[in-house]
Amino acid sequence: MQSNRRVFLKGSLAASAAGLAVGAGLLSPRAVLAAEWPESAFKATSMDDALNGYFGTADVSDSGDISVKAPDIAENGAVVPVTVESAVADTDKVAIFVSKNPTPMVAAFDLAGANPFVSTRIRMGETDDVTGVAHAGGKLYKAGKEVKVTIGGCGG
Amino acid sequence: MSTIRMRISPAGDVLDVKALIRHPMESGNREDKATGEKIPANYIQKLMVEVNGETVMDGNLSEAVSKNPYLNIKVPGAKGDEVKISWTSNTGESDEATKAA
Repeated sequence: MQSNRRVFLKGSLAASAAGLAVGAGLLSPRAVLAAEWPESAFKATSMDDALNGYFGTADVSDSGDISVKAPDIAENGAVVPVTVESAVADTDKVAIFVSKNPTPMVAAFDLAGANPFVSTRIRMGETDDVTGVAHAGGKLYKAGKEVKVTIGGCGG
Repeated sequence: MSTIRMRISPAGDVLDVKALIRHPMESGNREDKATGEKIPANYIQKLMVEVNGETVMDGNLSEAVSKNPYLNIKVPGAKGDEVKISWTSNTGESDEATKAA
């Protein structure tokens, strides 16, 4: 209960611009150069909560305009190369999710001129879909690619 | 020496930026095998990319990004433009590097 309450408090703080400024001042003593790290989205344990936490909605539709490249089989879940690209016009955010990871949101990028293209290496706990999500014109689009994981990359 | 290494390939009006950052990306779930104690979380949270001083990408990473993070992105720019990458971790550490395309 206690932890849910914390998430709720943080979520509602972030909801207002004033709250964000106050939160940044109180929670982070160092200089804030960028937007606050979206903690509630990253700590969310379900895909829907993570989507809501970052994008403000979990209403996401499958799209052929999103491309997710990843290997069919990853022997080592600690290093899985993933490329997400969006061909949806006006894409302003791109994010990578793995729904069965302890916390599904892997990484999220706000674009301010950069192309909607991100290639990186991620950790996967078990065989699952890597989901690429793009935000464009207030809507969410996604595509997935299954990766069979031989040895999980989250623990030991 | 900077923790950030960059390779930039100009292609038309786009710079293909490949970056490799030396960082343990400790998730906080691992145990030290010798002591049995948990290794504290230490991972990059913010990753900012600028071209000629303008932010072009505001990245948020988690402990699910692999150790020694690799990032390939495509940003607007041409040969001679300066690309700056900076990161901040959950422990408050940070680093940055700038390279001309």
